[in-house]
Amino acid sequence: MEKNISCSFSDLSSNLGISCFIAFITIILVRVIYVIYRTGKPLSKRSPQALSTLIVLGSGGHTAEMINLLLVLQKDRFTPRFFIAAATDNMSIQKARVLESSWADSSGVKGISAEFMQIYRSREVGQSYITSVWTTLVAMVHALWLMIKIRPQVVLCNGPGTCFPLCVIAFIFKVIGIRWSSIFYVESIARVKRLSLSGLLLYKLRIADQFFVQWPQLHRKYPRAHYVGCLM
Amino acid sequence: MGESLHGVKGKRVVFITVGTTCFDALVKGVDSQEVKDELLRRGYTNLLIQMGRGSYLPTKSTGDDGSLAVDYFTFSSSIAEHLKSASFVISHAGSGSIFETMRLDKPLIVVVNEDPMDNHQSELAEEFVERKHLYCARPPTLHRSLLFHTLLEMPHRWPSS
Repeated sequence: MEKNISCSFSDLSSNLGISCFIAFITIILVRVIYVIYRTGKPLSKRSPQALSTLIVLGSGGHTAEMINLLLVLQKDRFTPRFFIAAATDNMSIQKARVLESSWADSSGVKGISAEFMQIYRSREVGQSYITSVWTTLVAMVHALWLMIKIRPQVVLCNGPGTCFPLCVIAFIFKVIGIRWSSIFYVESIARVKRLSLSGLLLYKLRIADQFFVQWPQLHRKYPRAHYVGCLM
Repeated sequence: MGESLHGVKGKRVVFITVGTTCFDALVKGVDSQEVKDELLRRGYTNLLIQMGRGSYLPTKSTGDDGSLAVDYFTFSSSIAEHLKSASFVISHAGSGSIFETMRLDKPLIVVVNEDPMDNHQSELAEEFVERKHLYCARPPTLHRSLLFHTLLEMPHRWPSS
């Protein structure tokens, strides 16, 4: 008799465990579908005056293009600004500092309100794909740490590998409900016929709220993207 | 008489840039005797190479003996001045370098780096060659490219913002 009771109790608890697990997975799935559905739609709440913005800088041309984009950014709307560049990339941070200084000078503000951070790279140019697995994991943990600190309302990026972990984490934040980070992705002007890997993933997984391409060939291939012409 | 060619008035600079990358093949190609001879033959006096992260070091030359003056540096905070004073530019296919050069209306030869694993730079260069904004070349045949391209003929200008 007791044996039966203990058997049925353990059955009950394992059933309960399984049910909880299934319920949890279902909630997550529903939430993910809801997030994907809401991605790209205007925010329902009246948008606040200023949106904290994360700007992802890649090496070389990515930074040059991003600086070019920022020149037409509404500075008062997208503030405070956080710049992230790869750990081995000092030139990009320097260029961002110069830009922010010139803005501060022209508006008569003392000191820069922007913050500059560096993140471990998922993969260096030429690094083997095998060792990249470990470095990508390290990069993701570091990205998570930085994103928790910043919790930006807007993420602006244009394709370097550094942006992918940050965008994925922004998406996870949306699912969990930590913060709705609107992701604006502008594919690099260097991409004429094919999307970059970051771009392709963000497009297919519908992670980006707004996805921009600069060449008509890409617009034909990826019709959900917005074609904005050459921004350089 | 010969000195006036190398005087400030007669200075014609060819500027090479590889941006923030490592592109030894281009730097080596430009530093080759065939290319330098061809440049000298066409009346250029100075060769300035921005070599980025490359490990190949070009041979410096003052050009006092009538040869091509060659100088190089790794990086600078801005290459705008070098671009402005150049007669023409040879660049890697990075978008930043390409646009910065085109905005200054300088004749441009782009050399695509065939080494990196995922070479995404060729698409932009090809598109602009089609639209006649610039010329393309490969390092091994650089000196021959100089023969075929009429560099003084300006390609279609890029609309400056």
